[in-house]
Amino acid sequence: MGLTVRGPALVAHDGFSARYDLDRIKGVFSRPAHKLAGQSYVGRILVLDTAKGGVATAWMLHEMQSRGIVPLAIVLNSVNPILAQGAALGDVPMLAGFDVDITAAVPNGAEVEVNPQMSLLTVVQAKP
Amino acid sequence: MKLNDEENEILAGKAGPVPQQALRHQIKVGEFFDAEDFVPVTQAHIMADTESLGEAGVRWLEGLAAVSHGQRRVRIPTITDPRGTDFANAKLLGQTQAMLDLERRAIAAFEQLGVAMTNTCINYQTIQAPTRNEHAAFGDTGVVIYSNSICGARSNFEGGPSALAAGLTGRTPRYGFHLPELRRGTLRIQVDYTPTTLNGWGALGGVIGRLAGNYWAVPVVEGIDGAPKSDQLKHFGASMASFGSIALFHLVGLTPEAGRLADVADDGLPVHRITKADADALQQSYHTDDQVDVVVFSAPQLSLYELSDLAGLCDGRRFSVPLLAVTSPQVKPDCDRMGYTARIEAAGGNVLSGMCFYQSYAREISEARGWKRLATNSAKLVNILGGYGYRPMLASMEACVDAAVNGKLVRT
Repeated sequence: MGLTVRGPALVAHDGFSARYDLDRIKGVFSRPAHKLAGQSYVGRILVLDTAKGGVATAWMLHEMQSRGIVPLAIVLNSVNPILAQGAALGDVPMLAGFDVDITAAVPNGAEVEVNPQMSLLTVVQAKP
Repeated sequence: MKLNDEENEILAGKAGPVPQQALRHQIKVGEFFDAEDFVPVTQAHIMADTESLGEAGVRWLEGLAAVSHGQRRVRIPTITDPRGTDFANAKLLGQTQAMLDLERRAIAAFEQLGVAMTNTCINYQTIQAPTRNEHAAFGDTGVVIYSNSICGARSNFEGGPSALAAGLTGRTPRYGFHLPELRRGTLRIQVDYTPTTLNGWGALGGVIGRLAGNYWAVPVVEGIDGAPKSDQLKHFGASMASFGSIALFHLVGLTPEAGRLADVADDGLPVHRITKADADALQQSYHTDDQVDVVVFSAPQLSLYELSDLAGLCDGRRFSVPLLAVTSPQVKPDCDRMGYTARIEAAGGNVLSGMCFYQSYAREISEARGWKRLATNSAKLVNILGGYGYRPMLASMEACVDAAVNGKLVRT
């Protein structure tokens, strides 16, 4: 869902929920137990395991997009309806459902291209 | 997606731009999940607190509400999840005028769209529980998991924009838990005990949610004795949904689709055993301090029975730290009428209505009031509030009330 984008990947085998995991004002992961705690998600292509938590992400991606404090794209092994609904409203490119564990296949910090229309993620440069 | 004549007319704009925009959104989501067509729904429930919407979301709603031609109002009963405040208690929460103004704008827009402002996440206890096989478009994960599992209704997690779209079109894409084949179990959970407290049910739900791990997992739980009460299953499901993004579980011999194990589980499913020690460990993992700044009962909103129990625990006590109990606008008048509110307030507590703690600018409340160490009997709430800067702790209702008196939470 969404347009093709290219940018740095922020990778962890952990879940994603905008309400549970983020300080959306500062643009960082704020949940202490999250593997990306303290790291900025702004302008990054998030590569995570699965959608977690509640329904608020459906609104929050739209709100984050309006302020420019938003991930460049979201890539997940497993998505739930809320992430898809939020990506649809917020115009955040999203890709999910791979043959491999995508969090193991993409190196953290790699330059990647996400093409949702082709259901394709390309590692452009493993270590920029 | 296959569209019928009515849907083609909506998409062509013959019903006006509001339902047209709603259907476009639904098609985008439906095609993402390979939905073949739409299914009519009987009711919708919208999660739309203003902390989630922000200025951008409220403006988006106001844009819909300002459309002057075509059909602008919802077609089916469409109700709301808790608001971002209880206007009568906004000062207690340290909320700003700007937050309240945004909230009022959102309410005005929803009302122009024909949405009924019920402001509750326990509509299955207070408004109208869905029936078996009833297709609905519910927001709030706790509402969805209870409706799917306990009532046998059929809903996906519908975020605010999608639930509103369902209200405006009277349908939703047919995917996920609208499909019988996706309602069958994907893992078996065997428990060797039955929780007795609400926090105990929540902790067990949390352990199962973590284990099951994603939205498409359907746990089939065996070993629960007796007939759990609605409030117990409310906490069990809300926590499972929160920890695992789970939307449906079955309790063998108890929930409507799982009269027998074979009704919902094929041979060869993975089997996991969960003990009381596992649930106790989850609870203890949150006990990171002994001091408490605030006690909160919320998430989900409290039923009249929970408030009755709380009032009983408050009698003759005097709190040294704030205690907040949050309920729905439907329950609050009865809570007042039965005298429960007065008994809770006599001890120094407060009963709030129409909001839920984590949906009410929890980070700003913490900063305004200096509340960090929070005791609650809601496993869902402890799972959420860490990201908002709190140190949430899970304990029984009795232990939480004691903590409100002493300012300390006793370790168990």
